[in-house]
Amino acid sequence: MKVWLVIFLGGLMTFGMRFSLIFLFGKLEIPDSLRRALHYVPPAVLSAIVFPELFYPAGAFSLSFDNFRLLAGAAAILAAWASKNTLLTLFTGMVVLLVLQVL
Amino acid sequence: MGAAGKNFWDGARAEIPLLVGVFPFGMIYGALALDAGLSKAAAQMMSSILFAGSAQFVAAKLFSDAAPALVILLTIAVVNLRHMLYSASLAPYLKDLSLKWKILLSYLLTDECYAPSVLHYEKTGVKPFSHWFVFGAGLALWSAWQVSTALGIFLGAAIPEELPLDFALPLTFIAMVVPALKNRPTIAAALSAGIVALLAYGLPYKLGLILAALTGVASGALLEGRKSSSRRTL
Repeated sequence: MKVWLVIFLGGLMTFGMRFSLIFLFGKLEIPDSLRRALHYVPPAVLSAIVFPELFYPAGAFSLSFDNFRLLAGAAAILAAWASKNTLLTLFTGMVVLLVLQVL
Repeated sequence: MGAAGKNFWDGARAEIPLLVGVFPFGMIYGALALDAGLSKAAAQMMSSILFAGSAQFVAAKLFSDAAPALVILLTIAVVNLRHMLYSASLAPYLKDLSLKWKILLSYLLTDECYAPSVLHYEKTGVKPFSHWFVFGAGLALWSAWQVSTALGIFLGAAIPEELPLDFALPLTFIAMVVPALKNRPTIAAALSAGIVALLAYGLPYKLGLILAALTGVASGALLEGRKSSSRRTL
């Protein structure tokens, strides 16, 4: 019973948050400065997800050559910068990580 | 193929690299939810109704700890708070859609649907069938999440641990964010958010992520504001 209550209410709440500002847009005056600020949501959120994945590979901070995920991530950043190609970036990062793990 | 279909498939295709990481994540969730004592039906329905990976992991963990419903709900709310940022960010692009479309796309609005969709809008602007791109990306992810949850429930965690498939998610995000770093405010937004995310790593319930995202957005906006105001004085 508790499980189903949490699933339904939690689902409703999550939907509410996803829907909130899409629904309110236009009904609510959004200041220009805030609208411009929203352009920085993608780089901010994506980096905030990526950085810990690279620097905390097993839940502990690591800035060294033993941190294979950081090295593979750096290779992927170079690949992304040079190629602007998603699949090539994914491939580069994965191959570098697998090779480092095997060596 | 019409413009709607083309946009739909473009969106689904943009989602493929993300699915490499999502699929094993869904399987692990399915297996873990059963471990936490949820029924098969509840484990699967959580994926359809809640449809939010990290929140589902946290909820499953709290169920197994026998936490009160209110605590689990509050935790889900905090973990999913970032979706309000996505909602705000996509809102201007979706403003002319019917209520039905807004509801459908809101339901599908996850991290992995948001990222390719907002980049698509920033690149091409709003075209008559752009929302089909969001729908394609969102439905691709939704289907993969349902199927992988079901596989996890029925097969258990049959994924070899040496395969670092979870690394596909940050790699795909790298591929999305790096080409967008074209001016100083954007670079500042990305770097400051990343650094705050590292400093705030210890905070529970993804609060670090939210703090980092807000810092990044604020630094980007501040730098942009300073640039335009100094231009005015020149």
